[in-house]
Amino acid sequence: MVEHGDIRVVHCGGSKINFRDPVITHDSRFLLCASGEAVKVFSTSTEECIHELRGHTGLVTGVLLRPSNHLQVYSSSLDGTLRLWDFTDGILIKTCVIGYPIYSFYASDKHENVIFIVASMPSDKRAERFQLVAVHLPQSGDQMVEAQELSAVLSGVNPNPAAIAFGRGGEFIASVNDLQLEVYFFKKQKSYRFFLKEDNKKGGWNTFTCVACHPKDDCIATGHEDGKIRLWRNFNHKKEYTYSTLHWHHSTVSSLCFTPEGTNLLSGGVESVLVQWRYNQESERDFLPRLGGAITHITVSPDGSLFCTSHSDNKITIIQSCVKVSAVIQGLVKGDSIRTDLMMDPRSKALVLNGKPGHLQFYSLQRDKLLYNLDIVQQEYIHESGLQQFEVVKAAFDASGSWLATVEERHQKAAELELNLKLWAFDEQTQSFVLNTTISAPHDAQITAMCFCQPTDSQTTLLVSTSKDGHFKAWQLAAPAHTEGTDDEGPSWLCDFVSAYHGLVPECCSFSADGSLLAVVFQEVVTVWSPSTWELLTTLSQPPGAVSDLCFGRLSCSKYLLGTTASNLLCWNLLTCSLEWTTSMDVRRLVADPLSENMAAFCYQSGSTDLFVFKPSEPRPLFSHKAVCSGKVTQAVFAPREEMLESCEESSQWLNRSQLYFLTQQMDLMTFTTKAEEDRLLASSKQLVIDDSVAMTPFYLLLGKHRQQQQEHQDSDSSLWAERTALPQTSASMKELLQTPAHVLPSTSYLCSMFVQSLLISVSDAREEKAHAEEEMESEKEEEDSEEEMESSRSKPELAAAAATESDTPALTKAQARELRRVRKLDHSWLAGLLDS
Amino acid sequence: MGEFKVHRVRFFDYMPSAIRTMAFNSQTERLAVARADGAVEIFNFNDNFFQEKVIPGQDGRATEALCWVGHRLFSAGLNGEITEYDLENLRPQYTVDAYGGPIWTISSNSQGTQLAVGCEDGTVKIFAILEERIQFQRNLNRHKGRIISLCWHPSSAQIAAGMTDMIKIFDAETGHATRRLLVDRAMGASKNKEVVVWSVGYLSDHTIISGDSAGKVQIWNGLTGTLVRTYLVTKWDVLSLVINASQDESSVIAGTSEGTVIQFQFISSTVDQHDKEWVRTRTFRNHSHDVSALAHTDTAVVSGGMDTQLVVRPLLDKVEKNTQESALRKIAFPHRSLVGCAKKAGLLLFQFPDRLELWKLGESEGHVCLMYPYFVCRFLQGEDHICCSALSACGGWLAYSTVSSVRLYRIQYNNTISINKVSKLPKELRSVHQLCFSSDSSKLFASSCQSSVIVVAVSQQECRYLHTLKHKTGEWKARMHLLCASDDGKWLATANTDCEIHIYNLHKMKLHCMVPVYNSCPTTIAIHPVTNNLISVHADQQIFEFSLVQKEYTQWSRRLQAQGLLSLWLERDTPITHITFNPKNPDHIILHDTYMFCIIDQSLPFPELNAVLWNQMTLKSLPVSQRIGQSHAFKICKSFQHLMCVSLLEDLSLVVVERPLLDIMSQLPAPVRQKKFAT
Repeated sequence: MVEHGDIRVVHCGGSKINFRDPVITHDSRFLLCASGEAVKVFSTSTEECIHELRGHTGLVTGVLLRPSNHLQVYSSSLDGTLRLWDFTDGILIKTCVIGYPIYSFYASDKHENVIFIVASMPSDKRAERFQLVAVHLPQSGDQMVEAQELSAVLSGVNPNPAAIAFGRGGEFIASVNDLQLEVYFFKKQKSYRFFLKEDNKKGGWNTFTCVACHPKDDCIATGHEDGKIRLWRNFNHKKEYTYSTLHWHHSTVSSLCFTPEGTNLLSGGVESVLVQWRYNQESERDFLPRLGGAITHITVSPDGSLFCTSHSDNKITIIQSCVKVSAVIQGLVKGDSIRTDLMMDPRSKALVLNGKPGHLQFYSLQRDKLLYNLDIVQQEYIHESGLQQFEVVKAAFDASGSWLATVEERHQKAAELELNLKLWAFDEQTQSFVLNTTISAPHDAQITAMCFCQPTDSQTTLLVSTSKDGHFKAWQLAAPAHTEGTDDEGPSWLCDFVSAYHGLVPECCSFSADGSLLAVVFQEVVTVWSPSTWELLTTLSQPPGAVSDLCFGRLSCSKYLLGTTASNLLCWNLLTCSLEWTTSMDVRRLVADPLSENMAAFCYQSGSTDLFVFKPSEPRPLFSHKAVCSGKVTQAVFAPREEMLESCEESSQWLNRSQLYFLTQQMDLMTFTTKAEEDRLLASSKQLVIDDSVAMTPFYLLLGKHRQQQQEHQDSDSSLWAERTALPQTSASMKELLQTPAHVLPSTSYLCSMFVQSLLISVSDAREEKAHAEEEMESEKEEEDSEEEMESSRSKPELAAAAATESDTPALTKAQARELRRVRKLDHSWLAGLLDS
Repeated sequence: MGEFKVHRVRFFDYMPSAIRTMAFNSQTERLAVARADGAVEIFNFNDNFFQEKVIPGQDGRATEALCWVGHRLFSAGLNGEITEYDLENLRPQYTVDAYGGPIWTISSNSQGTQLAVGCEDGTVKIFAILEERIQFQRNLNRHKGRIISLCWHPSSAQIAAGMTDMIKIFDAETGHATRRLLVDRAMGASKNKEVVVWSVGYLSDHTIISGDSAGKVQIWNGLTGTLVRTYLVTKWDVLSLVINASQDESSVIAGTSEGTVIQFQFISSTVDQHDKEWVRTRTFRNHSHDVSALAHTDTAVVSGGMDTQLVVRPLLDKVEKNTQESALRKIAFPHRSLVGCAKKAGLLLFQFPDRLELWKLGESEGHVCLMYPYFVCRFLQGEDHICCSALSACGGWLAYSTVSSVRLYRIQYNNTISINKVSKLPKELRSVHQLCFSSDSSKLFASSCQSSVIVVAVSQQECRYLHTLKHKTGEWKARMHLLCASDDGKWLATANTDCEIHIYNLHKMKLHCMVPVYNSCPTTIAIHPVTNNLISVHADQQIFEFSLVQKEYTQWSRRLQAQGLLSLWLERDTPITHITFNPKNPDHIILHDTYMFCIIDQSLPFPELNAVLWNQMTLKSLPVSQRIGQSHAFKICKSFQHLMCVSLLEDLSLVVVERPLLDIMSQLPAPVRQKKFAT
């Protein structure tokens, strides 16, 4: 980031939407959730993202409706700020700088202008201790304020936002941490602590995981690691407190929530079943099963009509009155590990990777939206930890996107490996992949790599798979054998060729760009085969070290074959069959851009990953970036852009045609952006600007007519009138005052001084200056226009000449320069006139 | 501590019987527990839950309900009779037939003037409680269907009666039914299956709480007769329900067939408001079978049922945490020794409620078994159950007693075993509480009803009454529950339930002295064969040594009291029930409770109060010098579990009689079926 000011590593879409509990607005129309560094506003009915509230520079750690104004929302972030937004318009109203990273925050009706944040205090650094701190928000109209009044409420709290909850009407706050429940009464300024034993004899684990408070009664519900829910009562006594235990969940209760009236308690956990307990009738409970991934958060809309559950597979489910799932907002599913590579679907240009267990997900990077999940395994997934189930481990697309090959395996400890190779054909009618062939046990051992033959023109598609059993097999689409009966069936895939090389284990394989060569790596040896004749053409070897990644060059560099070993990056020339060059680096991942000669190599070095982008034919890398991220990068892909970028800078040209995405070890999807791109994005996002145009409402029609009439009236009227009315109209502050929505206005006392100031008649020379400046601006604008014109119409040498003249006279004063410009302009018009004539 | 050859005896298949019902007297802190075999046990909650008294049962006397009235204990059963017990002489005082068929329930009013019983024929009968007896007063209006449960209103003006499908409220004055509360039948079950109100409670604010066979606990407003709340607690029956009536009536516990006990509390829903409501709070799961008996003390929940254990579960909000008081207590075995051991002959006598078994111990040399233990004989007892038994040290004499009679047998071993009942017993030996033979088997001591000890000389020819030992004439005293004769035949020690220990000189046949009274009941006493010191262990686990010659506590005892006992020792659950001495090493005292046996070496120093007790394995790994530094008076062995008796024979082999709880559990009937997760 230091070396290349204009290329930045950014989190791209697909960030977690299940990181913190979402918020449903009062009218139940919107759902707000923290997503990476932004807050996303979704529509609860259409599931679409309406807009993103951008502005935080750190991970957003919480979203909360402002208790005093339900049209505004607070968000907190690790960057140490609280921001207040108008979520309907997507406008940032206020930023409050706290100074400490905020891990979670809470607010209550009763505590006006006080926000309770959980922050790690700098006083004790060695053991990270979190404190609950009350922040008094300063009352001022400034957009950026700094909070000074901080007072600690509780110390040693859990940074998990589910571990703290406000009690009935904000009278007390309950916090759980480890084996302790602490209740702090604000009125009495007294806290009570209740402890549980670490485990009971029956092997249950009593550690608290979450807490929720009844909105009307003094009852605290806590969830525990062993799946129990305890309802605490009478906790304003040190000793005579009491609790009852509810037990349905078989593993950790991850979220608890009371409905707004307190009639029901909702709980959820790994079972992915939403359980609804009747308050005071706990033996009666309702279940909403099969919600997908494990439930991480539960929220209820303020009117209680909508429930909303976040799931571990980056999904938010909106449920209507506990019976019907009405909407599903799905983010990019990131499991514990991505076994398949990152891939691009050539048809939809979507990113394809492991999704839900047993599925492949198709994720649109441009729209930051999950397109669909393709069920590969087609078996019910059982939500239980420690169970070995079928997993999709490999997938490959052919060049046109009409075939998809997937490998799924289940590896149980006791039993043998179960392996399936499935081939899917794209069906034009349903616009999705349809299972064509299932080959059970295609190999005797795990499949290490799989790739399709690249060329698009060839009629026969070829799939090569390599396996740990020492063989690689070629599979081909064959017409059905014309025996009898099976007339309906289309062509299916059959094994065409099996080969091995000295009993070595093939690690990876690759086809050349034109499909004429197949390279298969057998540990240290790269074998090159001709797919048409299945003839071993040559072997390349460069000991020591087994080759782990293989890539053919493209376009002008197609004569090169690149491979990586544990310590070296190797480049062979296929024409001479010799090593062209080699460099010493620990390349973890080598990807080729399908649209250019460029290749990207991710090198792991001392705890972080560096990126090099290079052409195989050129010795100098096009671009290098130190410390892209910490940890190893093992998955990356070039995604073609929808529209080409016009970037002239050399270092960022490689990003023009396609974009590079990679997954970090923390499973964050990252990409590279250029400055120009970012600027464009920023320009499109809304700032706190006062829009002149009023929405087309009946009221507007009325008002608009009136205003028009007024305009006409003014025009027709005397100049005196005009002068008198002109003053407030031109005053910016007046305009702001009248046209800003009332709920975003600062306090009247603050506006008053501004307003009065604006009414004062300014000194004349100042006005003159202003007029002058305006004039100058105008001229500059014109000049720009003309230059643009020139650039498009004129040839380059003239520009160069102009530049040369400029460079000849480097010490021009400002006045001189202006003169020059005027001359040029004059000259220009003259020229134009000449052309016209 | 030495090595012993151990006879590990596991053939005593003692089976405690199920707890049927219990009643707690909050004034005297006594709990009465009735078992299915008709026995009634009294536990003293003030004295470390010591089982003070056992009234032996009787075949055919099934106690269905118990009721305390002041210090008097009444019971009623399905034989249709009301029984009052003589708690001093441990036998039924009188029985009154209610003439209403089997009696399901009995309840007294709060003043203790009237007793109401619920009968099979649907009548509630009121008896007046008079001095020394009860008298039938009248019937309340009769209704069809049996009366299963009864509860008086604290004002004694109303009685709530649980029946099948309904609860009726009677006016105690007029005898008319004023309200009828219909109880819903079980959901899902067939409509024809009627619901039984097993238990009912009546609070002073006219709230009625009922538990029924449909698994519901229901809260009713008794004034309006309306249902307030229903808690579905179990799929099976709610068998018992108890209110903490002695306190503020803010807690109710209910026991279910699943073995759970569920607490309901009367709690205000918000902190500063006073409108309270009943809320289900805690669940205790300490039983595997039906919880048919419950009691609610001020600080604890006491429950018992089919699985024969009495469980005292302290309420943690009422007691100090992490103290002896807050520990869960399970009482599985009686607090007295049921095993007699003839040290010279190697015989064991097992006492069952209805029979005695005599076994001969085996012999072995190294790993070679020379003789297997074998069963000698069985003494079957008829209707009345056995209350005590004794076997002489030589094995030649056996005596046992029921409530009404004493039997004495002469056993001779010459190739074949001949057992002869001694037919002519002196008439003084009629009803005794404890039997004991002198060490030379020439005398039989029997503690009799008038707090006296009857001395009988037994010989081949005749059985002759010798003397009655009395410590004070004319004064009526508590019964003696422990007897112990010294080896040299000079001393006899007796202990009674008033915590007094008396020493008699048998040569002079008169009271020698009285040990200073300690405030906890002695659980066992023994006289040291060499030093003639009396060792007594009390219910609060304290140990005393009293020198009979000097008539004062010994130096050792004083040192022990000065230093105090280890908390590990004091926090044990079960009392010491037996003491033996090692004839080889007079410093060794062997005592045992249910979970361990301990050898106290009087020559070694006491451990520090907060010392960590090492187990033998770690001690062995230590160097010798350090090991000596670690050695202390208490050597505890826990390798034998659920001990009924530990005794040292003359040949220095240790007899350990075990009765594992698991064996008892496996003999219980199958519990109600419950859905277990993941099955």
